[in-house]
Amino acid sequence: MGILEVKGVNKRFGGLQALGNVNLSVTENTVHAIIGPNGAGKSTLLNCLVGKLIPDTGSVMFDGQSVLGRKPHEINQMGISRVFQTPEIFGDLTVMENVMIPCFAKRDGSFRLHAFESVPNEKELVEKAEQILIDVNMIDQRNQHAASMSRGDKRRLEMAMCLVQEPRLLLLDEPTAGMARADTNNTIDLLKEIKAKRDITMAIIEHDMHVVFSLAERITVLAQGTPLVEDTPENIKGHPKVQEAYLGQAHG
Amino acid sequence: MLGLNSKDTKFLLIVIFLTLATPILLQPFPEGSGMAQFNAGYPDLMQRFAIYGIFAIGFNILFGLTGYLSFGHAAFLGIGSYSVVWMYKLLDYNVIWGLPLAIITSGIFALAIGFISLRRSGIYFSILTLAFAQMSFALAYSVLTPLTNGETGLQVYRSDKQVLLGATEPTSPHFFGIVMRENFWEPSVGNWQFTFNNGYYFCAIIAILAFYLSLRIFRSPFGMMLRAIKSNQQRMNYTGLNSRPYTLAAFVISGMYAGLAGGLLASMDPLAGAERMQWTASGEVVLMTILGGAGTLLGPVLGAGFIKYFENIFSKINDNVLHTWFGFLPDGIEDFMVTIVHPFVGKGWHLTLGLLFMAVVIFLPGGLVELGQRVGRLFRRRDINSADAEAKAAKQRANTPAE
Amino acid sequence: MDAILLQILNGLDKGSAYALIALGLTLIFGTLGVVNFAHGALFMIGAFCAVTMQRILTISQTTIDESRTDFLGNPMKVETPYVENWFGPELGGAIIDWAVPLAILFAIPVMICIGFIMERGLIKHFYKRPHADQILVTFGLAIVLQEVIKYFYGANPIPTPAPAAFTGSFDFGVLLGFDPNAIIYPLWRLVYFVFSLIIIAAVFGFLQFTTFGMVVRAGMADRETVGLLGINIDKRFTIMFGIAAAVAGLAGVMYTPINSPNYHMGMDFLVLSFVVVVVGGMGSLPGAVLAGFLLGILESFASMNEIKSLVPGIDQIIIYLIAIVILLTRPRGLMGRKGVMEE
Repeated sequence: MGILEVKGVNKRFGGLQALGNVNLSVTENTVHAIIGPNGAGKSTLLNCLVGKLIPDTGSVMFDGQSVLGRKPHEINQMGISRVFQTPEIFGDLTVMENVMIPCFAKRDGSFRLHAFESVPNEKELVEKAEQILIDVNMIDQRNQHAASMSRGDKRRLEMAMCLVQEPRLLLLDEPTAGMARADTNNTIDLLKEIKAKRDITMAIIEHDMHVVFSLAERITVLAQGTPLVEDTPENIKGHPKVQEAYLGQAHG
Repeated sequence: MLGLNSKDTKFLLIVIFLTLATPILLQPFPEGSGMAQFNAGYPDLMQRFAIYGIFAIGFNILFGLTGYLSFGHAAFLGIGSYSVVWMYKLLDYNVIWGLPLAIITSGIFALAIGFISLRRSGIYFSILTLAFAQMSFALAYSVLTPLTNGETGLQVYRSDKQVLLGATEPTSPHFFGIVMRENFWEPSVGNWQFTFNNGYYFCAIIAILAFYLSLRIFRSPFGMMLRAIKSNQQRMNYTGLNSRPYTLAAFVISGMYAGLAGGLLASMDPLAGAERMQWTASGEVVLMTILGGAGTLLGPVLGAGFIKYFENIFSKINDNVLHTWFGFLPDGIEDFMVTIVHPFVGKGWHLTLGLLFMAVVIFLPGGLVELGQRVGRLFRRRDINSADAEAKAAKQRANTPAE
Repeated sequence: MDAILLQILNGLDKGSAYALIALGLTLIFGTLGVVNFAHGALFMIGAFCAVTMQRILTISQTTIDESRTDFLGNPMKVETPYVENWFGPELGGAIIDWAVPLAILFAIPVMICIGFIMERGLIKHFYKRPHADQILVTFGLAIVLQEVIKYFYGANPIPTPAPAAFTGSFDFGVLLGFDPNAIIYPLWRLVYFVFSLIIIAAVFGFLQFTTFGMVVRAGMADRETVGLLGINIDKRFTIMFGIAAAVAGLAGVMYTPINSPNYHMGMDFLVLSFVVVVVGGMGSLPGAVLAGFLLGILESFASMNEIKSLVPGIDQIIIYLIAIVILLTRPRGLMGRKGVMEE
């Protein structure tokens, strides 16, 4: 029984079958990559996991509980954090504030009006936020406006914001899209380091095979909205079906 | 001090000083001089500075921090006024009954209206608040006449019960005997005359408290959450936070500020009319906040003062005044100048306001505060490159609370 | 039955005005993505085009008529409009009488010019700015336009009559077999309704059957793609802004005999028109027209005495009430497209 269990998920947009009977099981404490050609339904699947879309049929269970019908913020409180393809950060806030917000949220997701009194154990939270900024090597930029940073820095900041919540499942939507090779390698190292430091499950959607094969322990190949194969990276590499899915599309 | 860091404390002390010294500061020209008409140190106008300052500070907590543009805040202003006048009618002229009631009723209305309106964002939110305010206005004007006295406006009549009214009690609004419309000190120094008015100081002290509260909100985790909502609601949701309670709290707080301001209006002049709720009044507070600098602490107060000053002083300038100004010019040019300037002053001050407002939105999204900062930078003669970069950052709207 | 018909008819003229303004608002919003708070001001300027036309036509020559004297015994001054001098009293008088319809010819170029200037001079710079900024700057512009008109024309409403031929009423009742005088409908309102239908049909036909319209519709659906095809979409959008301004202006011109124009009529209509647009569905042209007529008619029903005695004050708030209900139950409005202004 994996921490994330997707069973028989279907999703249609008008006449287009975006997801057809998707089954997926992500084992706890592994890095699971989901790959596939463009339009394979990777992003749709991800959106179904975080509550942005609701599948037409099927079930999505996280740690034994269904996530369907829950709002994105409730799903996040269950322990799922998401890194977006284009970094979603609080551009008007400073780097430190960006990390402080998930700290407050983690402590207690419900609404508290801390308008006039300070938050209890604020010191602890600040220390935690500083620690995560040290981890991602951004502590020097703590007072900088997030919007004025480079794309790579924004991505690292977003990852820090997700990690500071100590999620049980981290969803990464093409974490190295549009990055230079050096930055990509840095990101791989960062993710490896995180994995080594704490117990965390990661599900990665990725185009870049270099990233996939450096990180993933299991790989699911999606094509036209259905899982083709699920196996270890070694077995995926030479799999005929996978080659057909990629090459077949390239030729046709 | 008071839960503020040293920089904010200094800032607050400056604001307190400026507020308390207003009757002197706004009376820079000696009586009888040509410039005396530009003095603003008379009670009626100063009271309005303080009251609309409170209104704009409250509006800024919603619009400046969360970015939700309400076009219906005047409804709360009206509700506040009605509450206070009703307390005059039922109890007595002491404002101590009415003001808390004004805050509570406007808070309840804000809770109901905000609960519904905040289900939508962007332009839909603006239209919803506008619709609610126009509804309140229409109802106050027509059906709710028993409560609001319709077109005439609500006021105290001799036949009203006023159960607490003592025999020696003042028959105009007062605070435990301190009559609002009376002046407690009217010194004259040389040709300068100053007026220290009870009502102004009453409003000023409340305005300082209101400002202090808004300062605390801006610096608090709650304020940070609100700015985060403005910045990126999607990320907010994916961080496990439901933004609705935060925006609702901001809406209610700003509605209560508006109610308080409305209550104070009725505390200075025991009247409440429906036109106070009309959408043009809502538009006015938007103008004040933007003109001064939305999202900044002091901006809304400056904007409120600026607009109210222009409304009172500029609208008094007529052609005679213009002729005395341009009198030093040859006749032909004098007439020409008067003709040119004439449409913009006197009754035409709204035209000036509209143009100014457009200019601010186009060139100075940070409002007067940004202008001040830019001018300040010019004087400090920092190296040009960094000033440029900062101007660019400021152009993306002054979102961070600045002084 | 006749009472219901009468209310529907009564709602049509206001509904027509709502529909025309909302149509222009939607055109601008759909093509340029700009929320234009100055659109009501364009309606108002249109109305003042009619006033101007009337004034131009009645510019008079003062002559002294020796044969008559005024009450002081001096020779009487007689004012004759130049138009009457040139065309003779009959034709001249008719031209003056028809000032409002003639103002259409005058208003179209004026409004298109104003539209072009507005778009090129101001709106263009706000495409990439947030909607709040667009609202604010056009709100400021609306104040300015309103004050300029007030400066030149004063604060009081200016009566602008319809041609004498249309001042009467039309007895609908007889036409439909009811008693005479059961349904009396002022002729000019009928004219206004037909006129607005023609304009609406013209706008839809233009968008539907011309290449220009096709590109604009494509641009409304997906601006970026059309831009990528190498079509100069900006130029077309400028023209669309001019057309939207002209539509609002014409709505204003023809509305003057129904309500004497004053400088704040634009703002009054704007608030309601925005409600109409939102009810119809942001970005949907048929939605705007439908909602315009619908709300006009509902407003008219709500002002029936029978209904007012049942729910007091309903006539004042019905439109807002409907808007609130629609926005909460159908956030996209009656016919709104998905994804418009939802962020």
